[in-house]
Amino acid sequence: MSHRARLSPVTPPPPVLAVTVLGDDRPGIVAELTEALAGVGGNLEDSTMTLLRGHFAMVVLVRSDASQSAVEAAMQPLQHSGGLSVDVRSLPDPAQHSGAGQSFTLRVHGADRPGIVASITRVLARHGGNIVDLGTRLGSALYVLLAEVVLPEGADVSAVQADLADAARRLGVDVSLHPVDDDLL
Amino acid sequence: MPSLPVGRVLPVVQAPDPVLATPGMAVDPTAPEVITLAADLLATQAVSPGCVGLAAQQVGIAWRMFSVDVTGHPKTRTCHGEFVLCNAVIESATRKERGREGCMSVPDFTGDVARARRLVVRGQLPGTGEWVTIETDAFEAVALQHEIDHTDGMIFLDRVAGPHAVHPRRTYL
Ligand SMILES: [Zn+2]
Repeated sequence: MSHRARLSPVTPPPPVLAVTVLGDDRPGIVAELTEALAGVGGNLEDSTMTLLRGHFAMVVLVRSDASQSAVEAAMQPLQHSGGLSVDVRSLPDPAQHSGAGQSFTLRVHGADRPGIVASITRVLARHGGNIVDLGTRLGSALYVLLAEVVLPEGADVSAVQADLADAARRLGVDVSLHPVDDDLL
Repeated sequence: MPSLPVGRVLPVVQAPDPVLATPGMAVDPTAPEVITLAADLLATQAVSPGCVGLAAQQVGIAWRMFSVDVTGHPKTRTCHGEFVLCNAVIESATRKERGREGCMSVPDFTGDVARARRLVVRGQLPGTGEWVTIETDAFEAVALQHEIDHTDGMIFLDRVAGPHAVHPRRTYL
């Protein structure tokens, strides 16, 4: 080579920031939050939001060329006039999931008592089950848990079901675990 | 099914291509270009692993026609083999159940969709234009509803049950 090729430096993509927002619910929170993020050039990725007994709860992943402190500053109005608690933190890019395993829907319901979620999820963890989505609701007396669980390839599903039934019997709740198949159409 | 010429394998378009949101035009099932597309849909579906149906929109053409073949799928009960329907309409749809479905045109996601498990569909066969009634159930019923949605310019994301009903697709067939 007659001349030295010069490689231009590669700019790494901005890190992903997790913005967590909690507080009393009212109309307009999502609009205010996402407008503020758009104002600092934020590109929204995955997010989830729900009401937990009237409390607004949201986590949104956002990428922005603006610094973390600039994003935090953009969140100030939500915290001050909006009465919300906002947390901004940088996340490492996750290892890509292998995708191996089978998805199941877990359903639990019964009289409320301490330890239902702990006992049931401990059974799943013992079998290598990974919870990928979970929601619980407490009614006046009834507790409901729904989750999606990925069991590793080769897991003994009937053993998991038997162990769940054991735990459910001790807790006095009903439990079921049913496979979810992806049908490509 | 009347016999069709040998089809060509066409590239499959992916969302957000606007053709997937375009309701199909009614077609003349005896027109040569319709017969050609019928053969092409079958050829394209046949080389796509795990693919049990393909609508004209998925190869970039907003026409009311699609192919289906659920032969050998573990959830199939009633099976009409490999066929193409033109101008299909749903006559009756009952026994809705929720399932999780994916689509070649939406490679990143699957979605939970309630679909009838008992279905009566009327449509025309390519070539002869003969009107046929297909009465089916289980997986073939789901596949027909998914494909008829495509011909109406809808994908499964237009039917998912709620904010927690879209999932990252984990299995690539
Ligand atoms: Zn599709």
